Amino acid sequence: MSNFWLHPAWVMLAGAALAPVVPARLRKGWLVLVPVLALGRTLALEPGIFGQVQVADWVLVLGRVDRLSLVFGYIMSLMALLATLYGLHVRRVGEHVAAWVYVAGSLGAIYAGDLLTLFVFWELMSFSSVFLIWYRGRPQSLSAGYRYLLVHLAGGVALLAGIVLHYRATGSLAFDAFNVAQPSLATYLVMIGFILNAAVPPLHAWLPDAYAEATFNGSVFLSAFTTKTAVYALARGLPGLDVLVPLGVIMAVYGVVYAVLENDSRRLLAYHIISQVGYMVAGVGLADLDSPVGRLALNGVCAHAFAHILYKGLLFMGTGAVLHMTGESRFTHLGGLYAKMPWTFVFTLVGGLSISGFPLFSGFVSKSMIVTASFEGHRLWAGFGLMLASSGTFLHTGLKVPYFIWFGQNRCAPAVWERAADPGWNMNLAMAITSALCVWIGCFPSSLYGLLPLQPVVYQPYTGYHVSQTLQVLLFTGLGFFVFLKTLMPEPTISLDTDWFYRMGGRAFARLASGPVQAVDRWVGQLYRRAGLATLVQWAQRAGRFDQRIIDGAVDGLAALVMSWGSRLRRVQRAHVQESLLLALGMTALVLVGVVLYRNLAP
Amino acid sequence: MVVRLIEFLRAHLKAVVRSCYAGLALLVLVDAWPWLVDKSHAHTGAERLVGFWSLFGFVACALIIVVSKAYGRAGISQPEDYYDE
Repeated sequence: MSNFWLHPAWVMLAGAALAPVVPARLRKGWLVLVPVLALGRTLALEPGIFGQVQVADWVLVLGRVDRLSLVFGYIMSLMALLATLYGLHVRRVGEHVAAWVYVAGSLGAIYAGDLLTLFVFWELMSFSSVFLIWYRGRPQSLSAGYRYLLVHLAGGVALLAGIVLHYRATGSLAFDAFNVAQPSLATYLVMIGFILNAAVPPLHAWLPDAYAEATFNGSVFLSAFTTKTAVYALARGLPGLDVLVPLGVIMAVYGVVYAVLENDSRRLLAYHIISQVGYMVAGVGLADLDSPVGRLALNGVCAHAFAHILYKGLLFMGTGAVLHMTGESRFTHLGGLYAKMPWTFVFTLVGGLSISGFPLFSGFVSKSMIVTASFEGHRLWAGFGLMLASSGTFLHTGLKVPYFIWFGQNRCAPAVWERAADPGWNMNLAMAITSALCVWIGCFPSSLYGLLPLQPVVYQPYTGYHVSQTLQVLLFTGLGFFVFLKTLMPEPTISLDTDWFYRMGGRAFARLASGPVQAVDRWVGQLYRRAGLATLVQWAQRAGRFDQRIIDGAVDGLAALVMSWGSRLRRVQRAHVQESLLLALGMTALVLVGVVLYRNLAP
Repeated sequence: MVVRLIEFLRAHLKAVVRSCYAGLALLVLVDAWPWLVDKSHAHTGAERLVGFWSLFGFVACALIIVVSKAYGRAGISQPEDYYDE
């Protein structure tokens, strides 16, 4: 093993594999140690190509380390540490295992130098993250998890098909920029795979569906890894793909519109992930390594992803703390909590000011890079569209979330009010560190700009015009909030989104199977029983035999098959989540052993 | 500490609201002062108008609320048990 390269993902996977056998009294130490080691490993990485593995005819590259993968690797492993610290007191070890395997999938995809490695880790993310939804344990979380998995499987199939077509056309599996000047079918299929994970409408409905149903700390992980790994993949594979600019702007505004209607605080934040990732997707579309504006856009994508992971994690921590302590996340069942959860309020407010891009907070120095790039690139409609979305972001995340949870009318049930209090030390500490990082980046942007892939970064966020522009937009939005406060009162509703099609479509299919198909079968059966006149008896008998042997056989066989699958799935669903988690982990371990064996056997 | 600060502000709500209005007015005044806010790099003529972004912020906020609520009433907002069987 002379050429063994320690992938940061191996650290997380080994930590996850050993977590169940670590004695309970040492567990908290283990939960801190492993992410610290993984973070240390990513910080120690040097640029280069590492971990090349010969598999059949292909050379897989597990570790392509350059400035683009480095900056995403840093923030992912930092967030893994903060999110684990936040959920440190969670006793169910399976939750930590799932979260760490999920982190490993994200790190593996980020350092992947070829499309096959990317695909394997991409799928690992979907299969591990779904447990963060299932562990919530509600019937709704079960079905939300299945929908999440199915949608991601569909996206994975599109990605794989794109990879196969790309390989056939070019003979190369290297994960580099696709030819975006003349996009082929393969490019579009890969794009569909990427933008599904980035939650670009209409392929986005899985996100609010799943993230609002996850456990209180699972959502903190979910908010960081899936969409931002997809942003990395877009920045790596499809920079300058023009269609991403309008898609990104639509996304940014779409999320804002749904956020007005949402009554669940975590669903509102989920829609704001879509809105914020819209800035990044638009930035990828504007990226161009050969022009100063295009370079600003690509740097802006990375800076915004970095800042976004922190403040969005912080916002999910704040609302997660409310959910964890009170058991409630709906605005119509909260309010007036400032006296009970003051520090949670302060931390959430820092997250809200950061996401809105207030001067001195992190969003200001990152979001504005993309907005400036769209103005400077003469995409005025994109620039104004993104400014419109900024107004909406402050309206909801900076004003609506804090106001209707901590102020406004107290609509808490007595039990909710009784339970409300600031959470335990580890949750407070995680929120405090994340808040400090948000303010640090806002006050000292050069610390973030120094990490960006395209150096030197000549951008200066703190100009008189820019500060004046931002403050005017945000503070007059604040005025609008109080003018329209009555209209904004939360209502106990849910909002239909594109998941309606597959949720209702699935039901229609079930009804079709149980209704009309069965009715036709009965009708055919009755037909030759009743119309069995003398001349037709023979025909009827023959048809009857056909029906009994062939049709019934097929139908019954199919039914038996579905039932056996159903019962297997039910087992996966209910008490045995841990078993299937173990199975998934076992399979991952097997793959790893295979990879290591190959490494040793390869010439 | 935080709670006492919030309760102090709530007790003097009128003064807080007045100073907020003053802050907004000041913001627009500063925007008209070319030594502080250099508009030579603005991309459209409209941006050079004093207080353009104030108007933009307020109109954007109103537009988002009104359009979204209309969209919700058009059938997108449904009771919480909509998907229950």
